[in-house]
Amino acid sequence: MDKSFHGSGYKTERDALELKNISFLIINGERNRHVLDNISFKFKPGELIVLTGPNGSGKSTLAEIIVGIKSPKSGQILLGGEDITSKNITERAKLGISYSFQQPICFKGVTVRDLLEIARPENQAFKELEIVGLEKDEYLDREVNKTLSGGELKRIEIATVLARNSKVMIFDEPEAGIDIWSFDNLIKVFKKLRQKNKDKIIIIISHQKPIMDIADRVIILKKGSL
Amino acid sequence: MNLDEIEKDLLKRVADISGVPEGAYNFRINGKSVGKKSTKNIDVKSKAEESGIDVFIEPGTKKDVVHIPVILSESGHKETVYNDFYIGDNSEVTIVAGCGIYNCGVKNSIHDGIHAFHVGKNCKVKYIEKHYGTGPSAGKILNPTTELHLDESSYVKLELEQIAGVDSTSRLTKADLKNDAKIEIEEKLLTHGRQIAKSNIEVTLEGENSTADIVSRSVARDTSKQNFKLHITGKTTCRGHSECDAIIMDDAKVIATPSLDAESLNAELIHEAAIGKIAGEQLTKLMTLGLTPDQAESKIINGFLK
Repeated sequence: MDKSFHGSGYKTERDALELKNISFLIINGERNRHVLDNISFKFKPGELIVLTGPNGSGKSTLAEIIVGIKSPKSGQILLGGEDITSKNITERAKLGISYSFQQPICFKGVTVRDLLEIARPENQAFKELEIVGLEKDEYLDREVNKTLSGGELKRIEIATVLARNSKVMIFDEPEAGIDIWSFDNLIKVFKKLRQKNKDKIIIIISHQKPIMDIADRVIILKKGSL
Repeated sequence: MNLDEIEKDLLKRVADISGVPEGAYNFRINGKSVGKKSTKNIDVKSKAEESGIDVFIEPGTKKDVVHIPVILSESGHKETVYNDFYIGDNSEVTIVAGCGIYNCGVKNSIHDGIHAFHVGKNCKVKYIEKHYGTGPSAGKILNPTTELHLDESSYVKLELEQIAGVDSTSRLTKADLKNDAKIEIEEKLLTHGRQIAKSNIEVTLEGENSTADIVSRSVARDTSKQNFKLHITGKTTCRGHSECDAIIMDDAKVIATPSLDAESLNAELIHEAAIGKIAGEQLTKLMTLGLTPDQAESKIINGFLK
């Protein structure tokens, strides 16, 4: 499914994120499994793209390859025409790629404020928390650990990516663990993000129809292929 | 009170003060009391027969602070100091101790601080103890013993912190609690190089509805070694919880031995212990936010020991 793209905001592909012939293998004894098989795709600025597909089809792996967490067996990743394939996670973050993990990461002693300040050092307002429906006064000084519910952790995870305000924002199953009221709010957040930022690439990995409905394009990944 | 730059730095690090503080105090530098002050409610007296002080806090004293920092800047200085605190009923006080050692010689510098707290009824006491070592030589040794006796409905919070630079430490913290008394112990410890740290915490819940909450967090780097023993005894209806978490790095070694002794059917005692390296996904998360691996590691450790 490739919905027609009416990217009113984007005028140039200079800042596009391009995947060229990306393959990723899992080696298990003598049997290799192609998680991603020769994927080529261009994400254009101003687009909100939903990446969907069955469990195990390679969606999160693809996201982790873009972020630098995993290295492809072959292929290239280009951001704004620059080959970033050999760059590490930190370098890619500084170039403008951010990622909201499917499973939020817990810490001991690291507070919500710490994470948001790392995400954006000049951050003083912490508006991102309120955008995802969490009260600043209640959450800023809490540790990012299991005393928070799964839904709260997930929303904090999303807030860190919103705080980055990067060129490329990837959200991996943002709906996971979130209640229906927060989910409705999340749809509004992504809609607004799309409308306000004509120069950004928003990639959402999701199975949810309401999220697909706000996408400019929906890509289906199946058995490692588009 | 004349302090050189090294002594001023040590004082700042272990007691967070830049000069003479408000309230009662006793400053001990290289075995000598170089400044001592009592107040209306707090009497600080030197012991007659052994090294150390007695601190008498009047019943009903509210929001007073006592500073008793110790500095060792002469290499080879060795001392055992006995400090006793008698805290009157219904008092609310903060006691700031701490010891800083600077060693630039070939001999060991050793401070063994033995503190006993006699806490009256309905008191609220906060005790802060920071240990820090610096200087080019090894042999910076601190062995604190802290004994606490909590009377009915009293509350004591201990913040015990070994920041860095102490080559060897053997800590013993013991407490016994009467009815409705509560103790919270927070221990934070960082070792690096070839340092060795032992910490033994023993709490006895003697009184009905007494409570203990012990949290020990440590980071062991390089080839340092740590050994923790946390023991809670419950003799009656009481609640005790101990948690011992350690981050292990490089070639360090950590032993954590929590133990519980329930001597009553109504004693509710819990212990938790976890030792592990920094989780890879924690580093990865912080790197996706723009930190380098070293910055991410430092942030995780600082947060853990915060």
